[in-house]
Amino acid sequence: MAFLRPTTWPEALAAKAELPGAVPIQGGTDVMVEINFDVRRPEALLDLTRVAELARWSETGGRLRVGAGVPYSRVIGELGDRLPGLAQASRTVGSPQIRNRGTVGGNLGAASPAGDSHPPLLAGGAVIEVESAARGVRMIPAEEFYLGVKRSALEPDELIRAFHAEPATGPQYFSKVGTRNAMVIAVCSFALALHPAERRVGTGIGSAAPTPLRARAAEEFLAAELDWAAGLAPAGLAPGVLARFGELVSEAAAPIDDVRGTAGYRRHALAVMARRTLTWAWNDYRKAREQCA
Amino acid sequence: MRLNFTVNGRAETVDDVWEGESLLYVLRERAGLPGSKNACEQGECGSCTVYLDGVPVCACLVAAGQAEGREVRTVEGLADGDRLDPIQQAFVDAGAVQCGFCTPGLLVQAHDLIERVPRPSDPEIREALAGNLCRCTGYEKILDAVRLAAERKAGAR
Repeated sequence: MAFLRPTTWPEALAAKAELPGAVPIQGGTDVMVEINFDVRRPEALLDLTRVAELARWSETGGRLRVGAGVPYSRVIGELGDRLPGLAQASRTVGSPQIRNRGTVGGNLGAASPAGDSHPPLLAGGAVIEVESAARGVRMIPAEEFYLGVKRSALEPDELIRAFHAEPATGPQYFSKVGTRNAMVIAVCSFALALHPAERRVGTGIGSAAPTPLRARAAEEFLAAELDWAAGLAPAGLAPGVLARFGELVSEAAAPIDDVRGTAGYRRHALAVMARRTLTWAWNDYRKAREQCA
Repeated sequence: MRLNFTVNGRAETVDDVWEGESLLYVLRERAGLPGSKNACEQGECGSCTVYLDGVPVCACLVAAGQAEGREVRTVEGLADGDRLDPIQQAFVDAGAVQCGFCTPGLLVQAHDLIERVPRPSDPEIREALAGNLCRCTGYEKILDAVRLAAERKAGAR
């Protein structure tokens, strides 16, 4: 096995072009588990922790660009106000030690349907920046990035450089079902983002289909039903709207029975999480409108 | 491959490191530092927690080569000679140790907590230690020890 340590992005791309079988390693929280358990023996490890730019994020022209090497602990600490849905999901990843090392870039690279960052990336309309030495940069919307169980649109000679997202302009929530409050892989998860400027709703379903996915019919239904302008009405959401939204989210999933839960349980839990996150988000939205009025 | 890093303030060079090896293996088997414990090898138990450039991490999930040129501090590096660090003394005084296997990881993780948060609340302690499993104590005496260490450290300031 070779151990490659590029210190610049062009060096990293050149190394990946020369040895497409090299496995990129950032925080190691997935890759090292596979090596420790002899599940994987790659021809090379491509250590990206020395490419300093990957650990930086910036905001220009109202868009965030977050390097693939920014660990969850920094997403929580530094981006919690701008990307609240992703920060909530990040708080549920592993333990403090894991969050100090694990990255959104690594979550994308692994492309597990249970990865915690995927639902908020989908709900927030994130775009993934990938690059190869031969063909340059490709900007892939999160929705087109996940192709199958642990399969993504990333080509063998490409590396994930960053993800791009707009800072939140409305409430965002993430909810996850697991057996305890820490160190838990999702039985299923759900993210919701309200985009009031465009009167649009974003959703993301995790761990309930071969890939993370959006619940498009639920998004369209809700965007049309919400009273975006009023918001001020004393009553909350009509129970019928909540229930229908939950059903549509549940119907969008394609879960299986496995060791963590049954398909039926996952469908039920998704409807519950959809209703809860919508209730939280709509309460926030109404409060914000009241303060503006 | 050869690996150069600093461990507990001392420059260390180890040879014949396999490229897929973990930092934990290097510490225990090549650098003579068996304090960090090897239990789950998948980041679930926290018993291999060490500082890497001042940040607590699971040493079993750091590839050895990623430690090149970095600073590592293990449980062996907490005490000042024979004088235990306040967190170590508190674990002794509170009876927070039974079989002792989880103790090194808990010490490093709790040490980091009270460095960052001098007077942690109970929820903060529980959150900080959520990735360190102990199968003996039931955690109550570990929580006592962290509170005691925080009090003593704050009192000494």
